[in-house]
Amino acid sequence: MPKLTIDGKEIEVEAGTNLIEAARRLGIEVPHYCYHPGLSIAGQCRLCMVDIEKTPRPSIACNTQAADGMVVHTDTERVRDTRRSIMEFHLINHPLDCPVCDQAGECWLQIYYMKHGLYDPRMTDEKVHKPKAVPLGPHVMLDAERCILCSRCVRFCDEITGTGELGIFHRGDHSEIGLFPGRDLVNNYSGNVVDICPVGALTDRDFRFQVRVWYLDAARSICTGCARGCNIDVHVNRRRPHHAEGKRVARLKPRFNADVNAWWLCDVGRYHYDFVDAPTRLTAPVRRNNTGTADIAWDEAVSGVAEALRRYSPDQVGVLASPRMANEDLLALRRVLEARAMRQVAYDVPPPALAEGDDFLLRSDRAPNRRGAELIGLGGDTGGLMASARAGRLKCLWVFHHDLLASGWPAADVRQALDRVETLIFTGTNANAISERAQWVLPAAAWVEREGTFTNFEGRVQRFRSAVEPLGQALPEWDLLGRIVAALGGTPAGGRAELWFRELVRTVPAFAGLSYQAIGDHGQLIPGATSAGAPTPPGRRVKVHG
Amino acid sequence: MAEIVLMRNFGRQDSHTLAGYRATGGYTAWEKAKGMEPAAITEEVKKSNLRGLGGAGFPTGMKWSFVPKTHTGPVYLVINADEGEPGTFKDRYLLERDPHALIEGMLITARAIRSAKGFVYIRGEYVQPWRIFSGAVKDAYDAGLLGNGFDIVVHRGAGAYICGEETGLLSSLEGKKGWPKIKPPFPAIKGAFGEPTVVNNVETIACVPPIINRGADWFAGLGTKTQGGTRMYSVSGRVTKPGVYEDSCAVTLRQLIHDHAGGVSHTGKLKAVVPGGGSAAILTADEIDVAMDVDGLKAKGSMIGSAGVVVMDESVSIPEALLVLARFYAHESCGQCTPCRESTGWIYKMVHRIVDGHGRKDDLDTILDVAKRGGGTTICAFYDGAIGPYISYIEKFRGEFEALCRS
Repeated sequence: MPKLTIDGKEIEVEAGTNLIEAARRLGIEVPHYCYHPGLSIAGQCRLCMVDIEKTPRPSIACNTQAADGMVVHTDTERVRDTRRSIMEFHLINHPLDCPVCDQAGECWLQIYYMKHGLYDPRMTDEKVHKPKAVPLGPHVMLDAERCILCSRCVRFCDEITGTGELGIFHRGDHSEIGLFPGRDLVNNYSGNVVDICPVGALTDRDFRFQVRVWYLDAARSICTGCARGCNIDVHVNRRRPHHAEGKRVARLKPRFNADVNAWWLCDVGRYHYDFVDAPTRLTAPVRRNNTGTADIAWDEAVSGVAEALRRYSPDQVGVLASPRMANEDLLALRRVLEARAMRQVAYDVPPPALAEGDDFLLRSDRAPNRRGAELIGLGGDTGGLMASARAGRLKCLWVFHHDLLASGWPAADVRQALDRVETLIFTGTNANAISERAQWVLPAAAWVEREGTFTNFEGRVQRFRSAVEPLGQALPEWDLLGRIVAALGGTPAGGRAELWFRELVRTVPAFAGLSYQAIGDHGQLIPGATSAGAPTPPGRRVKVHG
Repeated sequence: MAEIVLMRNFGRQDSHTLAGYRATGGYTAWEKAKGMEPAAITEEVKKSNLRGLGGAGFPTGMKWSFVPKTHTGPVYLVINADEGEPGTFKDRYLLERDPHALIEGMLITARAIRSAKGFVYIRGEYVQPWRIFSGAVKDAYDAGLLGNGFDIVVHRGAGAYICGEETGLLSSLEGKKGWPKIKPPFPAIKGAFGEPTVVNNVETIACVPPIINRGADWFAGLGTKTQGGTRMYSVSGRVTKPGVYEDSCAVTLRQLIHDHAGGVSHTGKLKAVVPGGGSAAILTADEIDVAMDVDGLKAKGSMIGSAGVVVMDESVSIPEALLVLARFYAHESCGQCTPCRESTGWIYKMVHRIVDGHGRKDDLDTILDVAKRGGGTTICAFYDGAIGPYISYIEKFRGEFEALCRS
């Protein structure tokens, strides 16, 4: 392993490590645009110049591998001067339209100009004009004038998705990013090019002109779009509620996890959050009976549901849990079931159409916690449960999240079952055909409004954190279920998600030994599970020359 | 005047045919080389002091020796016939008038570097040279010279100057946009299609058969201490007899202009000379007593480059000459890396403004500063070539520029 010195500090790195990464480990940032650790080295932006002793002129750090005995300086007068020049070159044809640019506030041209530029502009000639506001596909908009031609997006489509929609066309300062003839940027990972674009050239059509980034707060979370559990940051706007028509969740951004998703996030997951701020959100507990429908207080809802559960013998009650529920929720539900010795529980409701996975991150299983539901012991015979309902053997049915009338079951069968049930209870985030006819509706907080853990398809338990407050009176499911446990005479694990998780670890052997601390930001595998790591990107599976 | 080596057959009507080439001793060097060890061929070329005649002047034998000896996969020989340096037109003559010299040189070189496949990348605009050279390749195949362990693929460029840069050429050859590659790795380690590749200029390889035939010492003796042989100078501009002239690497610029090209035309008074193609720094009238080899011109702050000599007499406007070149570089910059992409366009706009009469004197300092700051920061040598004229034209003829500027 080569040992080198960077700015007077010694460090030993694995062979093949470049100087940007070696410096990063020492906490030294070498500014760069085109370099991205997930992509090949392009060496185009020329910003990452460093001085290497015994080398006549500054070298690009991205394409220089650490060598034993190498002495590197990242902050000499010559390096600072070179950076200043490169910044000037990057900016001479840039439109400087920051006030109307969505990237402003997280733009690396702004950041590096303030850190490494600060020259007096000398460009007085007409700038080069290029196409603006060009839709590249359903999610991405291009402003070619803002583009610094770092080629990250081109390399992403070549090397990660292997779809090759983008290229750099023309020459010299008329070079521009564009689509190959007849192509659109339509692949399930298109949103990533916005993430890796260091400037405002590629913006998200979903995010454009919604909110300035400096009003956003972020929380670490897990994507709920499928069973992979890609690590994300949830960006929310709490400070300017009048922006973006009150939408609180502004966007989801991938968060690096080498063992799950690397730097990437698929579009299915990325845009799977509209329900959080949708008008269909359930915001108060509801009681529906022959006198009408009324919003009620939680106490009344909890005692009403507890009473209904007590009213029937355990074999007259069926529960349809959901693989969208967190581990903590599922354990709390199990406690409710145990309190009444109820056994008829299942979570597998067939979807209307079988979802397909893709050849990279997206799994065909579109629920984030099927593995958790299975391990916590809520798996059962869904079809049998529905058959009992249809046969009139169930008097009470409690549905979590599912819209059974939009499932893979024939609607007539579902209607027949629902018609024969006396008491229908619904718990979920959004209204659907089931909540519309339920006697009791218990509104649940969406995953971005609360804490919890999911177990992904490999058995990796990962934490998600609260980014915004629950809408209205919605509660995390572990909370509302805990209240019902208490109402049924049991003892809930506690008033925090972590306490339920600790009880999970203590009582369900599959989760033995885990802890919030150990899960951290990386996730922790359940005992006996193994991880294959993030899959090899499709674009890297075929050997490409050169 | 030195012995004529490269242009020895140019006077023959049939010089482009196999029969004509054979009649003057063609392919005898190849016969001789077949009896030599590959390493011995490389050694002979090293001893001859042959240096690359495409522009960079890199010692040819040394370049060959960089190919890893342990490599078991293919090794490629690529001939750069993408002659595009402003003021250079010598390779065209070789392709048209002595194509078999290149083929024979390639056969010998391929043996030295253990290559079974060669590519000849011909400038797109060179239609006639491409036709003639392709005909010669066909004849060589028919005669069994090619196809027995060595094949030649003739590839036409599509009109980009940057594809004359060796790694830009390789990218283009691979079917990609003609963008230079970042180094390392160098082509000798990882070149065309990811395999070790030697890229040589047409004229360089045409020197190989005479070296093998007549020996390294003879060849070295034709030139200077650090560069052997003769070379072909493309002389154009304000001279009485523009054309391609062969002479020793030791010839002086004055001799070329006066003895070969018949002296300065038009006003008859020399103002400036570009000694080595558009990218070479300009020389003033009193700087022409310089040896036209790699080191001689380096000492004068210019370069021999591709030996394209452009002569300007007193009536030539230097700012207008720079405008032509600045437009060329702005147009031909490939756009891959930032300093070159952005500043070639910016400098062109400034020079254009000056020539149009809207310049300010501080524009000149801005051009000089921008040019110097970008130097040495790019992926390839294109921009370092561009700043040669930017800086030298303004520094040596500043008065002419200032006269066009508003105060």
